[in-house]
Amino acid sequence: MAVTAVDGEFVRRLQKEEEVQRSRKDSRRPRYSKFSQQELSSCKPLLTPRCTVVLFVLVGATCILIGMYALYASWSVVELVNRYDTFCVMKHATSANPLTTNEEKSAYMKNYNKQKNCTITMEIDKLMTPPIYVYYQLGNYFQNHRRYVKSKSERQLRGLPPSSSELNDCKPQDTANGQVIIPCGLIAWSLFNDSFDFSIDDFSSDNGTIFINKTAISWKSDREERFNNTVFPTNFPNNNRTTLANASQIGGASLDENLPLNRHEDLMVWMRTAALPTFRKIYGRIETDLVPGTRLTVNINNFYNTYGFGGSKKLVLSTVSWVGGRNDFLGLSYVVVGCVCIFIGLTFMYLHWKHPRPLGDRSHLSWVRKNAANSRVTS
Amino acid sequence: MKRLVHINDRGGHRDSQNHCSNKISNTKYNIFNFIPKNLWEQFSRFMNKYFLLIATLQLWPLITPVSPVSTWGPLLAIFAVSATKEAWDDYGRYCSDKEFNEKLVWVVKNGVKTRIQAQEIEVGDLVWLLENDEIPCDMVLLGTAEPLGLCYIETAAMDGETDLKTRVIPGPCHGLTSAQLLNIKGMIECPEPDKDILRFDARVRLFPPFPGDELSPLGVKNTLLQCCYLRNTEWACGVAVYTGNETKIGMSKGIAEPKLTAADAMLDKLTTALFICQIVVVMILGLAGNVWNNYEKDKTWYLRFPKKSEWYDFIVIPLRFELLCSIMIPISVKVSLDLAKSVYSKYIDWDIQMYDAVTDTPAKAANTAISEDLGQIEYILTDKTGTLTENMMIFKRCCINGVYYGNFNGDALTDQHLMHSVTEKVSAVVKFVMVMTINNTVVPNMSRENGRLTYKAQSQDEEALVQAAAQLGMVLFSKKGSVVEVNFLGHTMEFEILQVLEFTSDRKRMSVVVRDHSTGGLYLLTKGADETVFRRVRAGEPVQQVADAIDQYSQLGLRTLCFAWRDLDEQEYVAWTAKFNEASAALTDRELKIAEVSELLEKDLELLGASAIEDKLQDGVPETIASLRKAGINFWLLTGDKQTTAIQVARACNFIMAEPEGQLLKIEGSTPSDVADSIEGVLQTFCINNSENKNIAFVIDGLSLEIALKYHKEAFAKLALLIRTALCCRVTPSQKAELVGLVKSCDYRTLAIGDGGNDVKMIQEAHVGVGISGREGLQASRAADYSFGKFKFLKRLILVHGRYSYNRSAFLAQYSIYKSLVICFVQILFSFISGVSGTSLFNSFSLMAYNVAYTSIPVMVTSLLDKDLSERTVMQHPEILYFAQAGRLINPSTFAGWFLRSIFHAIVIFVVTIRVYAHEKCELVEMSMVALSGCIWIQAFLVLIETNSFTVYQHLAVSGNVVIFYILNLILSFGKHSGMYRIMFRVCADPCYWFSLLLMVVAGVGPLSAIKFYRATYRPNAINTLQLMERQHPMPVSVEAIGSSSSSFKSASRSSSSHGSVFEPLLAETSNPKTPPDRYISKDKTRPVTSAVLLSSPNSRTLP
Repeated sequence: MAVTAVDGEFVRRLQKEEEVQRSRKDSRRPRYSKFSQQELSSCKPLLTPRCTVVLFVLVGATCILIGMYALYASWSVVELVNRYDTFCVMKHATSANPLTTNEEKSAYMKNYNKQKNCTITMEIDKLMTPPIYVYYQLGNYFQNHRRYVKSKSERQLRGLPPSSSELNDCKPQDTANGQVIIPCGLIAWSLFNDSFDFSIDDFSSDNGTIFINKTAISWKSDREERFNNTVFPTNFPNNNRTTLANASQIGGASLDENLPLNRHEDLMVWMRTAALPTFRKIYGRIETDLVPGTRLTVNINNFYNTYGFGGSKKLVLSTVSWVGGRNDFLGLSYVVVGCVCIFIGLTFMYLHWKHPRPLGDRSHLSWVRKNAANSRVTS
Repeated sequence: MKRLVHINDRGGHRDSQNHCSNKISNTKYNIFNFIPKNLWEQFSRFMNKYFLLIATLQLWPLITPVSPVSTWGPLLAIFAVSATKEAWDDYGRYCSDKEFNEKLVWVVKNGVKTRIQAQEIEVGDLVWLLENDEIPCDMVLLGTAEPLGLCYIETAAMDGETDLKTRVIPGPCHGLTSAQLLNIKGMIECPEPDKDILRFDARVRLFPPFPGDELSPLGVKNTLLQCCYLRNTEWACGVAVYTGNETKIGMSKGIAEPKLTAADAMLDKLTTALFICQIVVVMILGLAGNVWNNYEKDKTWYLRFPKKSEWYDFIVIPLRFELLCSIMIPISVKVSLDLAKSVYSKYIDWDIQMYDAVTDTPAKAANTAISEDLGQIEYILTDKTGTLTENMMIFKRCCINGVYYGNFNGDALTDQHLMHSVTEKVSAVVKFVMVMTINNTVVPNMSRENGRLTYKAQSQDEEALVQAAAQLGMVLFSKKGSVVEVNFLGHTMEFEILQVLEFTSDRKRMSVVVRDHSTGGLYLLTKGADETVFRRVRAGEPVQQVADAIDQYSQLGLRTLCFAWRDLDEQEYVAWTAKFNEASAALTDRELKIAEVSELLEKDLELLGASAIEDKLQDGVPETIASLRKAGINFWLLTGDKQTTAIQVARACNFIMAEPEGQLLKIEGSTPSDVADSIEGVLQTFCINNSENKNIAFVIDGLSLEIALKYHKEAFAKLALLIRTALCCRVTPSQKAELVGLVKSCDYRTLAIGDGGNDVKMIQEAHVGVGISGREGLQASRAADYSFGKFKFLKRLILVHGRYSYNRSAFLAQYSIYKSLVICFVQILFSFISGVSGTSLFNSFSLMAYNVAYTSIPVMVTSLLDKDLSERTVMQHPEILYFAQAGRLINPSTFAGWFLRSIFHAIVIFVVTIRVYAHEKCELVEMSMVALSGCIWIQAFLVLIETNSFTVYQHLAVSGNVVIFYILNLILSFGKHSGMYRIMFRVCADPCYWFSLLLMVVAGVGPLSAIKFYRATYRPNAINTLQLMERQHPMPVSVEAIGSSSSSFKSASRSSSSHGSVFEPLLAETSNPKTPPDRYISKDKTRPVTSAVLLSSPNSRTLP
């Protein structure tokens, strides 16, 4: 008997559930999900005074540590910089041609027949261990100018015929004598062409000459993919500079037409255009130690004309660390930001100690305040 | 111009005429004009014009910084999306048109009824309609099944009035049989189509052998207009006069203007400001660029500027910068806003808490674009019947012959005394019940299957009366023509209805003349509003008694009716009938004449008593109104009901307060000067009393309102805005809409809520229209932007959905602009170090993907899921709505904040990038990736600090987005010819990159979070405070309960002595019961009992 009663109830319950199910299927009641009801569980991080102070102090401390580390790396870099452009051209100044103004200097540089070499010395005062990079640094030179940046043909570098829009971008260095220039464009045409020879003892003997490794200074990806090994410079105007038309304005370096593009390391370096008006480009690597006290003598062929637009040329020798060359900015700004954070943290601590605020105080609710005021008026 | 319609003459004179077919078309486009028309429409918007301009400029290779694809791609995608949407909507309209056009109708062809498609109906065709048919075109009625030549139509689709209207056949057609009608011939002279649905000045002439060979006039009374329905009439036939889109309703159709939300308008304003700012920047940079060119042109030999300059050179640089800065106004804002808003409206559709189980109605958002306006509502204009009340009429009390029934138990139907009196057949009681049963337009309907009796009634009140009479023992069970059969306590009684003196809004009463077949007696049964019935009772009747009863009932918010009786004299009746027939045949002023004649009979009435019908308040109405009030929303009640009932309902639902907390001022008058004086007086009273912090409301009725709106609009508007609560009684649908327009014209955001066809106009007029899908049909909810089953859901709709939508779209819009500004400012800063030449730091792909792929997901997800306060907190503190209402979250000053942030972040990103990547590292492509990563990291962190509540999805979106950025760029770095080959690998392998990013984030976000913390702690706004309260009491704090609030008072006074002083007088006052310490709390305390108190307390009858 008991069993049947339970069964009966069970059956009834089943029926009821079925009914509920059925009615639910028919009804237009929206279906429940946490998303549709906007009930997704969430956490609400709230900045309490204590955790804010701790957060700011911790972040500040971390920043200072990172800053120290970056500064240490930057300071470990040995860097020698020598601005040679003015010196080099002034060497050739005569009383007849004092070369005081930029125009005079520029005119001198444009004269194809003038002597342009000079020699400078650099003093090593700290041990420099290889790899020691030799850079040339140009100042006030806008490689990032819109006319300049676009003036190249990537297709050409890859070994394909340039597209017409690319050729258009290459103007006025797109064609010469009716034929397409390879590589076309202003960038290739204005390739930097000063050269540097390093020696420890005045080039008095051959064993004093320091070997500058100029291979593998460009990006690996450029050598392997961007510049093709089947494309050779052709019809390149700088190679015919003796013609009068070209001699009027000395452009950049000439290119060996027997080497494929991907062997022209200087060109590949140059064609990675710089984003800033002051930039360094790698010239080569010195792969021997330079001990303190060494006097480096550098023979410079000062061909590149930066005088007309007030640019500067510098020769830079530098070792590297993980931050790259000597650059204190990262370290210093980390230290500064860290200090500011700690300062903010401490200020908040002081405020909290001096003016503790009850959090979530009802009395801050404007309407509570207003009503309180109102009820006082009415009373 | 006249139109001549030859009746039933297909193929005859028809050729000479050129009327359009009956094919209706509501579509906006067709297949051929879709593309040009749609494009034209899309380009009529400012933003789209701007984007098109930018995209076109980009086709000029001399000035474009990046490939045109970066603009054309998204632009085309957006156009495609909105064009598809338009096409889809139009296809829907096409389908419904098609359904209407292809509906089969009976049309007489050559004397034979044939079934043709509705679109094939021609002018002059004779159309045969059956009961419940939709009328396919505008027709002149020629014949009906009713012997009197009447038929009933429902015009709800046209004017929103749900009651049935009668239409009559024109004079010459009287007495024609249906066989004759099939061959009827004649001519109708009617005006050219127009859209005036109240005028139809036409003439008809039937050709022999039909009678009436002369012109007889036709009016609206003789027409059947398209879209109405034939009701309660077996058949009717008419001749088509206007077809297709030339019908009255077709001519007055217009496509509803899309509604623009306040936040949208604000965004448009801000965008315009941004555009101006952009132009200024472009001018400055363009000038600088030209100056640079002038100075450097001849010196920088490596750039080889052409010797000869072109005439357009001076505009090239500004245009380049225009393109570079075009990202300032991102295309993505509109797209992501539209997307987010459609999800917000989905949230409303999905909300289980707004699902009404009783009627099985989920909430529905028909308009997906305006949900943030819900959060900015300042005025709610609400209908009463069916909106605040259930619209379920129940007979509750009555007073017969001075005896009150139902006063003790609140329900007369279960009152033993009444039952007893009925079974005893007390004369007055029987008469009373007889009036209830017979004097109405209710049609009993005996179901054939189960023999159950149902009543079809135009008015809910009449149905309630008949139902109640049936329960009392007098069952109306059949109405055959004019014969009414009634079962009274087992005996069948037969009455013949001789005349019906109809109810009109002027007469406010209805009478029938009946003859009792068993006794042969002749009676006049009258029911109507008290004031009209009292004037017509015979001397010596206990008028005062009944008036008291009615007064008492309407104090309780019940709807009252007076019942009266008269035994008629046979001769008098015969004499009167002649006059009556004359009046009803009158061609001019027929209604007036009938009314005059009716009065001759309706006199010397015997007053029986009064009935009281309850229309129950929906549950949760007082609470809803109270909390929305607290949220700073003003309420206007617009009702067709009488003043006393309206006032009582208003009291019962917290709408107005009784003295001394509230005061009700009355505006009345029947002449312009009276009304002007009344308004002036009310204004003065208001000014005097205003300082006393009272809840002042005013009440006005339809007549005075009409005068006020016509002659004293300004004064009335001023008054309406000073006094924030209003009761408008006896108002018409168009007056309701006019009132909405009045509030709207004062720059307030309005929401209109209603349930019936008479609210449609007001719903369409308001900024936000809400429909209650109630018993009065679905017209209101179809016309509305939002619809749901119960008034109380309004609270959730506004406080939860409206507020969240506003907060979220404000964040989304401003944030979208902010992130575009960041990248734009980086570009501008970069142009200063690139010879002001307009070089783009970023490549085309990055620019295109920045808004679409790199930055859109986190802000999108956040704007879908973020909640600044929990729903419960918002419901408990509705006051918080004022943030949204006052537009605190998107306005010029918040926007300026975002603008400054974007400048700050751009500077941080730019400085860190160019200083860390200086000298030998400053390769252009590499540096652009560093700067881009900086933008993406900073904006991701900004989303984090701007988020109030984190769900898993937000975490996923923010981190996933950064991951997507890296994955995409790493993939690009594999592409040998993408210009990005190996770049990302190089960049990521450099520890400097990661340290610079960290630096940017700390330097960019740190100060912002410090400011945010400082503000939240030391200058907290209400949201901050509530957030903290939520945090401190994670368990549900019942702020409603006084306990917790007083405890928080205590803790406040304990913990901070500086604030203690504020509360001291308050705490002292709590012992004084007369002055509540804090209205906020006192309201809560009294609220649950308010309705009960108001319903029964005698001192609540205070009308000034």
